[in-house]
Amino acid sequence: MATVDLKDVKKVYPSGFEAVKGVSIAVPDRQLCVLVGPSGCGKSTLLRMIAGLETISSGTVAIDGKIVNSIGPTERDIAMVFQNYALYPHMKVYDNMAYGLRNRGTPKDEIDSRVRATAKILELSALLDRRPRELSGGQRQRVAMGRAIVRNPRVFLFDEPLSNLDAKLRGQMRVEIKNLQRSLGVTSVYVTHDQLEAMTLADILVVMNGGLVEQMGAPLDIYERPASTFVASFIGAPPMNLLALTESASGAVLADGTAIAFAPREARAATLGFRPEDADVTFNAEAPPGALVLPALVEAVEPVGAESFLHCAAGGNRIVVRVAGRATATVGNQLRVVAKAEKLHWFDQAGKRVG
Amino acid sequence: MIGQSPLRTVIAHAVLILGILIVAFPIYYTFVASTQTLQTILRPPLPLLPGDQFWNNYTEALFGGVGRIGGVSVGRLLLNTTIMALGIAVGKIFISILSAYAIVFFRFPLRMTFFWLIFITLMLPVEVRILPTYKVMVDLGMIDTYAGLIIPLIASATATLLFRQFFMTIPGELVEAARVDGAGPWRFFFDILLPLSRTNIAALFVILFIYGWTQYLWPLLVTNSSNMNTIVIALRKMVSFADADTQWHLVMVTAMLAIVPPILVVVLMQRWFVRGLVDSEK
Repeated sequence: MATVDLKDVKKVYPSGFEAVKGVSIAVPDRQLCVLVGPSGCGKSTLLRMIAGLETISSGTVAIDGKIVNSIGPTERDIAMVFQNYALYPHMKVYDNMAYGLRNRGTPKDEIDSRVRATAKILELSALLDRRPRELSGGQRQRVAMGRAIVRNPRVFLFDEPLSNLDAKLRGQMRVEIKNLQRSLGVTSVYVTHDQLEAMTLADILVVMNGGLVEQMGAPLDIYERPASTFVASFIGAPPMNLLALTESASGAVLADGTAIAFAPREARAATLGFRPEDADVTFNAEAPPGALVLPALVEAVEPVGAESFLHCAAGGNRIVVRVAGRATATVGNQLRVVAKAEKLHWFDQAGKRVG
Repeated sequence: MIGQSPLRTVIAHAVLILGILIVAFPIYYTFVASTQTLQTILRPPLPLLPGDQFWNNYTEALFGGVGRIGGVSVGRLLLNTTIMALGIAVGKIFISILSAYAIVFFRFPLRMTFFWLIFITLMLPVEVRILPTYKVMVDLGMIDTYAGLIIPLIASATATLLFRQFFMTIPGELVEAARVDGAGPWRFFFDILLPLSRTNIAALFVILFIYGWTQYLWPLLVTNSSNMNTIVIALRKMVSFADADTQWHLVMVTAMLAIVPPILVVVLMQRWFVRGLVDSEK
């Protein structure tokens, strides 16, 4: 029941290092906003500034329309789930969850009913008397979630909460977090470096790079129309194939001199991109009009089961193409990679999207 | 130790028993001497079995008062020494845990300067600063007081460093989780830091209690009245160069009594240790 508004937020450390260089994000009520980016992009710093654990160098952070820059973490009424869970090691699960409520002077019987209700939601009821070291990673993660939920805060903040879990558990917890967040309807900000987590969880996806927002929007919009080569290569696995273009008298050519069969849609384009699943491989010569046709040499085949990835050398670059099911091509095959014109992405010299 | 031959077991036990004899026999012999009359002790050889004077000797020493140390009873000496050792141990822990807390968890001007100041005092043992300290104690009128015995020894750079090292291993996320959970500095200290430091405190307490109990030079200087002597000093005073002057049976009793409290502390705290280690987490 709260909005989170960041206006031109900056973080400059005393050393002069600028971790966040002016970020504005508006998270509407009940939405889950995911901050994603490589390590060092400032996403965690930004989250910690929302939490009040880090001072804000300039700009404003507002929760529910009220600027909270000078308010401590306690009064901001937020709850945070940490990467390493940060459970109190000497306290039982029950006390871990009750601690925040006790500090706020909640009556004893209310604490009890809230802790038990939360434990029930998270299937922790049988574990309330255990200590954190007696729990598995997934259970600790649940307790950390419970500690956040039990307080019924205005905003949830997640700092890479799943990065210490194994892949299978991570998949489960991802779904669980999404369901919980939706059913509780609490505005959330979630930091991760995992683009899969980012895509699946986000209502609003914010891709950050070098202390700045690269792109912000609905996950699929970003996937379909990445605003820059950075976003194109960061979102999606395997990442988008990017081919550098150079102008020549006859039109655009690829790095190895292969001429592109048609004129780029935008004259300014310096990079051409297409997603691995947007290309087909063919051994024939014919192709739909306007399509990009690249002669390619298969260098490796990765069968995943439902799909296979062909790693190819083409136009002086290495590209990846996804084919459904079993791949018919084998290493050493010469083939053609065909990407339809409407599936091509164009980027200018600075890496910004054009067209 | 599983699957060892019987011979090796026998040898191992023989070595262990020999070790115990070497360590324990002098203590046992002291105990034997403490249960004999003065005449028996002065006429060698000393029997190997305890005599029949246990009750007499111990009551005389504990409650009667011993001539050579100004007629003060050993009970009084034990009380003095206990107060001093407890005061030093508790005071050192209290002060060092607080200063380590400040140095590790708070950002204040000259923080590292203060840290290094504390660190440097490690290189100044009591003996080096004993004269100025004595002068200060005289000026403050603290000669022959418990405060005079305790306060000059109460700061500990070692303990501060120990707590600092331990506090630095506490993950930053835990501190932040506590802040988000609404715990201020005091609550964090009492609810989280102190419980997590239990085993460190217990270990330090044992070490510092024994340190305080065996203090010699400083109590010697700062106490003039026999009433305020500690047991270690009294023990020294009881022994005269002439054998005939020394009430050896009482000396032996005092020696026995002097080692009982440190042993008790070690034994009791050792159990506490084990529980702390079993309970402990991370």
